[in-house]
Amino acid sequence: MLEVKGLNKSFGGFKATTDVSFTVERQQIAAVIGPNGAGKSTLFNLITGHIAPDSGIVRFAGKDIVGMAPYAICRLGMGRSFQHANIFPRLTVFENLQAAFIAHRGASRNLWRNAKSIYEAETIQLMRSLGMQEQAVRTAGTLSHGNQKQLELGIALAADPKMLLLDEPTAGMSSTETRATIELLQRIATQRELTLLFTEHDMDVVFAIAQKIAVLHQGRLIAVGTPAEVRANADVRRIYLGSRHDEGGAARSDGSVGATAGGTV
Amino acid sequence: MLKRIPWVLLAFIVALAIPLVASRFHTSLATDILILALFATSLNLLLGTTGLVSFGHAAYFSIGAYVCAILMKTHGVPFPLAFLAAGAGSGLLAALFGYFCVRLTKIYFAMLTLAFAQIVWAVCFKWNNVTGGEQGMNNVPYPDLNWMKSLPLIGDLRIGGHYYYLTLVLVATCLWLLWRITRSPFGRILTTIRENAERAEFIGINVRRYELVAFVIAGTFAGFAGALFGIFNRGVFPDFGYWSKSAEVLIMVILGGMGQFLGPFVGALTLTLLNQQITAYTEYWPMALGLILIVLLYAFPAGILGTLASLVRRLRGATEDA
Repeated sequence: MLEVKGLNKSFGGFKATTDVSFTVERQQIAAVIGPNGAGKSTLFNLITGHIAPDSGIVRFAGKDIVGMAPYAICRLGMGRSFQHANIFPRLTVFENLQAAFIAHRGASRNLWRNAKSIYEAETIQLMRSLGMQEQAVRTAGTLSHGNQKQLELGIALAADPKMLLLDEPTAGMSSTETRATIELLQRIATQRELTLLFTEHDMDVVFAIAQKIAVLHQGRLIAVGTPAEVRANADVRRIYLGSRHDEGGAARSDGSVGATAGGTV
Repeated sequence: MLKRIPWVLLAFIVALAIPLVASRFHTSLATDILILALFATSLNLLLGTTGLVSFGHAAYFSIGAYVCAILMKTHGVPFPLAFLAAGAGSGLLAALFGYFCVRLTKIYFAMLTLAFAQIVWAVCFKWNNVTGGEQGMNNVPYPDLNWMKSLPLIGDLRIGGHYYYLTLVLVATCLWLLWRITRSPFGRILTTIRENAERAEFIGINVRRYELVAFVIAGTFAGFAGALFGIFNRGVFPDFGYWSKSAEVLIMVILGGMGQFLGPFVGALTLTLLNQQITAYTEYWPMALGLILIVLLYAFPAGILGTLASLVRRLRGATEDA
């Protein structure tokens, strides 16, 4: 489904991504993990066309997508959500989702029809599957952080993607919200036969749902494999997992872990 | 309760009666307000709907005025054709300038629209053979409205009254078209660009192209307004496209409320009337006007209509709760 090969990107002298290669199979749930500043968000931005790589190949559904504009990549069936809930804050929940339907189904060139009830049934159905139907007329910017992330997921889903890239889908959520979001993600991925690639701080989330894990460290991929393989990998244990388990809890301070581990790798 | 009253229809009926009950002076003032309301509403498609701050919207207004005036006066083209050509000319220019402008964002976008507008102004100012240069074009003819003489009730009015009705019908039609566009699926996409252009790109929207289309539509309707204004004013001058004119229309939109479709209309009405009243009392009217504007902008942070709308919403919410 997604193939990344020899991807490089530097900002000034800083190498944010160095020779990254991996693949995600159809309907696979894959995760990219790594300390803060490891280059996860940069990698996502490279894949979704937000920034252009210096070199390397990104193939999505058999098509080379390097150099394509984000909107064009989105139309090929790649949806994404952002680390900070990226929604349309002063539109209602309904309008947020409806806009995504309008954009995806080509009605956006219609200058004449009343937009009020267009794709109403689809929007309501999507709100229901997100469990947000009660909040239909709420202004999106006033929702709780967790709900905003859910809404953003819905915006991505309205485009009926084949693959979703989720940048920290549970960042900033309470543990209840996190659990609900994971269940939602798993359910939707199965229902829609989606391929998922996500980044995540919370290792419990990663090992609960990922079938494949790629570990980034300082812009390099240091391990790729099944959760069991990654867990057993010595490098990964040293710079990441081991330290995290010593700390206990969701690894919020792992940026410093990465920094201290820098000398050892 | 408030919702059930067809305000727009009422206003239209009142507007129909103006030349019959009001003086020629007030009819002329009403014509002025209608034209500026269309100008301001066209700008609001960019400002309020798409979130683009154009600081050079007067360029398209002045091009519309010149195209219509030149065609009618110099070439004897009948008004309907000249009017449509004015919109087309402004739209084409907006497409050309907009192509470059939408490549920039925020203040850079605003500055580039201003730069292009100043070019238009300079060309109109210097191109003596076509635009009349600094002197502008005087004695722009009225359209042939003799057919209105056979109409009941309004047949006896002078040409100013007849021109008011022409303006009323054309402005109402243009506003209706703009309203359809604003609430269409296309309009909804423009609001997503205003809210979050990055996210809009990631729901599959070619943001620049939509901004360009909005820019062209806004320019076209500004051109229609300009065409009407040149005839109303009986002359077209380079000042129509000067930056202060662009600022004035921005003030109208912000004063009236850019979050409401009719906000710019209210802004045009308020500013024109204020201007009118204060000029009659004091020679220091720009200062008095400035002070009043400051007070109004503080009292109505969402614009006059925007603040009234949220007030009405709150009142209605209170009665429903009770």
